[in-house]
Amino acid sequence: MVETLVEPDAAAPVLDVRDLSLRFRGFDRDLLSGLRYSVRSGETLCIVGESGCGKSVASLALMGLLPPTAVEIGAADVRFCGEPLDLGDQARLRSLRGASMAMIFQEPMTSLNPAFRIGDQIAEAVMAHSGATPAEARERAVAMLRKVGIPAPEERLNEYPHQLSGGMRQRVMIAMALVNDPALLIADEPTTALDVTIQAQILDLIRDLQAETGMATIMITHDLGVVAEIATDVAVMYAGTIVEAGPVERIFNDPQHPYTIGLMSSVPRLSGPRQRLTTVPGTVPTPQTMPDGCRFSTRCPFARPVCATDPPEREFGAGHRALCHFAPLETMLERSA
Amino acid sequence: MLSFILRRILIAIPTILLISVFVFSLQKLLPGDPVLAMAGEERDPEVIAFLREKYRLNDPIPVQYAHWVGNAVRGDLGMSLRTNQPVLELIGEKLPVTIQLATMAMIFAMGIGIPAGILSAVRKGTVTDYVANVVALSGLSIPNFWLGIMLILLVSVKWQLLPASGYVPFADDPWRSVQVMLMPAFVLGTALAATLMRHTRSAMLTVLTSDYVRTARAKGLSERRVILKHAFRNALTPIVTLSALLFGELIAGAVLTEQIFTIPGFGKLVVDAVFNRDYAVVQGIVLVTAVGFIVMNLLADVAYVLLNPRLRSQT
Repeated sequence: MVETLVEPDAAAPVLDVRDLSLRFRGFDRDLLSGLRYSVRSGETLCIVGESGCGKSVASLALMGLLPPTAVEIGAADVRFCGEPLDLGDQARLRSLRGASMAMIFQEPMTSLNPAFRIGDQIAEAVMAHSGATPAEARERAVAMLRKVGIPAPEERLNEYPHQLSGGMRQRVMIAMALVNDPALLIADEPTTALDVTIQAQILDLIRDLQAETGMATIMITHDLGVVAEIATDVAVMYAGTIVEAGPVERIFNDPQHPYTIGLMSSVPRLSGPRQRLTTVPGTVPTPQTMPDGCRFSTRCPFARPVCATDPPEREFGAGHRALCHFAPLETMLERSA
Repeated sequence: MLSFILRRILIAIPTILLISVFVFSLQKLLPGDPVLAMAGEERDPEVIAFLREKYRLNDPIPVQYAHWVGNAVRGDLGMSLRTNQPVLELIGEKLPVTIQLATMAMIFAMGIGIPAGILSAVRKGTVTDYVANVVALSGLSIPNFWLGIMLILLVSVKWQLLPASGYVPFADDPWRSVQVMLMPAFVLGTALAATLMRHTRSAMLTVLTSDYVRTARAKGLSERRVILKHAFRNALTPIVTLSALLFGELIAGAVLTEQIFTIPGFGKLVVDAVFNRDYAVVQGIVLVTAVGFIVMNLLADVAYVLLNPRLRSQT
């Protein structure tokens, strides 16, 4: 039915980013450097990191949503459903967008077009990728709205975005993204702008839909609570590089990169004595102030002169890896002792 | 929606009254006595007295005003002091000419300005954008009269493609009528096209960076659809509002263009009436123009609400 849908190859990851680097035009340092991650059908990869570390940019690049005039894609070895994906091929990316790879965004309040009824906005996504008639597309929209838990979808269909609450709008966004049954959903901080109670509902909804359709999900977030809730794998990003990646329990229980350790300890705890929250001092360097070698070295408590050279990637088994001269952790602690 | 329009009309009434007072007093404050102008060289006191009586110029000013407004409401704007024609009839004759001119200028301005604005926003920073902006700036800076004269010289005198002046009523010969008015409409519309282009460009630039445009792209829509449907529909609100307001200005601005191309329109009527101190006509013209402006304002407001689902449900 959807001609652009790529048949998922069960063995291959849905999205396999083997190498991705890009820079803003006019800058001589890469904004994203050597990204590598993959996500399989039914799995959830959480990409975590501070604001400005390039989490969203990477996903927008994969979706082809960055203006080609603004960015220059360097290395790009990406496979989607087992097939190579050329990030410069706008036509192909467009046929995949909304059909087999979909994206939802942080701001449900502004992500829907205020001038059109939500039903039409969803139906439009159906018609863009199939020969569905307006009536069929409308039917699909109703079914999808029901699926994302919107009561009385036949009536809601005719409402405008301003008539819906933030949580409802995010549900509409999800309905719109999933209406063509994509193999991959990229969710860019989908709950950040919502109330805490609504956040949980939206996360549950995404998880339920994922269980039902078997789609692969990439969740971009800076909320470690969200990560603990839904991730199967985690990639920790810092200043455009993935500094540590691995299965969620390894990242939480046995973090190896100083930055990951810093992130973990900056989460407030309910148990134990109340104490000052640990922070990672400083801010993410900009492309102009990026240090040579390890990008975290300017803020790392363990930094040594050797950190001005590119750090090696160390593997710890089960797909757990970190980009640090001193990993594993024991080495680091010995040295600093 | 209907109640919104009614409310807006009610609000317009005091505005119109205020304008009528203003128009009336301005008239009285102006130097020069129309009766003296009418009475001719001899200034026979009897004739003057007769005229004063006839035009009720001896009544106290408030009475004169009440009389004038009372008649105006019934559609009687008085008689031209010069030609003895009813003012309303004069205006009724000339206004359609100018409305045709202004409408053609508007169509031209929108047809050029809006697509150019969209194009230059979408291709921001490219040669297209640069050229469009330079052309727009030229359109704004070239004075109407100069452009008109140059066009007459080139198109009418040298190439002999279009007539240099005159007017053919649309009802008599639509094709010929449009042909004659092509150059004047172009001249009158250039500055407007440039204004519209600049506004379209900036509205589109704002809208193109919005989240919902990104959503539209994320759905896999064609770039054409993203721009012309999702972006332009939202940029349209300020453009339509502005166009409605500018249409009123076009009618006022037609004065000069009509002089250049000797079109017997509203503008010519204004100029003649002012030079002849034809008070009744001037009063009528200003009043009709003011009401026209208010109506265009009203239309702009209605369009604004109609284009905006959020406001539409509230009214």
